[in-house]
Amino acid sequence: MTWTRKDLLGLEELTQEEIELILNTAESFKEVSSREIKKVPALRGKTVVNLFYEPSTRTRVSFEVAAKRLSADVINIASETSSVRKGETLIDTGKNIQALKADIIVMRHNYSGAAQMLARHLDISVVNAGDGWHEHPTQALLDIFTLKEKLGRVKGLRVTIVGDIAHSRVARSNIWGLTKLGAQVTVCAPKMLIPVGIEQMGAIISHDIDAALKDADALNVLRMQFERDEGAAFPRQMEYFRNFGITRDRLEKASKNIVVMHPGPINRGIEMSSDVADGKNSVILEQVTNGIAVRMAVLFLVAQGRDQAGEAR
Amino acid sequence: MKEKATILDKETLNRSIIRIAHEILEKNKGINNLCLIGIRNRGVYLAQRLAENIKKIEGETIPVGILDITLYRDDLTMISSQPVVHKTEIDFDIDDKTVILVDDVLYTGRTVRAALDALVDFGRPKITQLAVLVDRGHRELPIRADFVGKNIPTAKNETIEVRLEESDGKDEVVIIEK
Repeated sequence: MTWTRKDLLGLEELTQEEIELILNTAESFKEVSSREIKKVPALRGKTVVNLFYEPSTRTRVSFEVAAKRLSADVINIASETSSVRKGETLIDTGKNIQALKADIIVMRHNYSGAAQMLARHLDISVVNAGDGWHEHPTQALLDIFTLKEKLGRVKGLRVTIVGDIAHSRVARSNIWGLTKLGAQVTVCAPKMLIPVGIEQMGAIISHDIDAALKDADALNVLRMQFERDEGAAFPRQMEYFRNFGITRDRLEKASKNIVVMHPGPINRGIEMSSDVADGKNSVILEQVTNGIAVRMAVLFLVAQGRDQAGEAR
Repeated sequence: MKEKATILDKETLNRSIIRIAHEILEKNKGINNLCLIGIRNRGVYLAQRLAENIKKIEGETIPVGILDITLYRDDLTMISSQPVVHKTEIDFDIDDKTVILVDDVLYTGRTVRAALDALVDFGRPKITQLAVLVDRGHRELPIRADFVGKNIPTAKNETIEVRLEESDGKDEVVIIEK
């Protein structure tokens, strides 16, 4: 199995083998972060540009750490401080970065499909770090990596995703990735937060968190994005916590070994109580550590994939 | 591609390993501070066999590590077949130790160059030595082995294939003509 793509845009387009290649490569890269000298020369002389059109700390820092541990040079561009404010289009920005002879653009954008469009117009690699409500592939990959590490497999696992599914790129990427690897996914949320047609992606729909927890091997709790509040249809915070919040009481009725994940940042007391977030089932901080290994693997593979695509031309 | 000759069979390969184990002990005057690090893939099995033999001779176990040099290669962007990155497992301290790097074939020396680079990231051995089962010549770097199972002069259009029980189901070294 070789990686031949210059970009990583989403998990929808990847095969099961490609996803497994990323996960296996990440497993090898995890060791690097445990060394005293946390650096390998694999991407020495390459330049990675983090292009972020939406606020993000953890994803950007994780990509930056990953790139630096591969010895790449990293440049961060945030839209608030760039010529995007002067009206430059995304493609022009991308072409300028390409003209600077950068090798990889890691982009977060608030429009779904923005990464695809940029990748189509550029010869250099594009890694999607989240586009609108569409996909956030590296987050799903690190979730799946963590699951596999904790439970030893992905195939046959029952994973419940709870929270704002409608606005969640994390949910979409997780559904694509998990179902391709043979896991069963249930999405659980109030009716207005379940998007139409999600069952066609292979997910089971539930509106009852206690039922959705009962047989689950793992739980992925999404952040309630109150900044996207659309008025009356959006649940109030207390109401949401009462009906869908993950508390110790609720968790006690689930499997003793259930793995509890959250992509962060957590709203304590809204999506989950503090005793769950800090409890023994929580792997939230391990997700952060694994995120570095997964992103190292992705940067390494797209850099090689681009070289191979270049040879083919 | 055809097999030209068998250079080592099961018996002679095993004798080479036993001899190298003795030479390592002789040169380093025992097992004090000694550790073995095998270069993936076949160097790992050879390192483990050397450690077994050293244990038979000295009665003590010495640490064996695994090194994957993929990330340190100087031709990462030039090779057409994509290398798979495997795990490095060195769970002991190599500072001030005598480290014996173990690989199956010594050829251009580039793998060993990469391995030396990688070792620097793990610590500062007192001495680093190199043990290989086969030295086939054609060096492109100023590198030589301290312990050699067999010197086999080869032409550039020939390759040496080391086959080991652990990875290939049988022990032998063959010379192949391309």
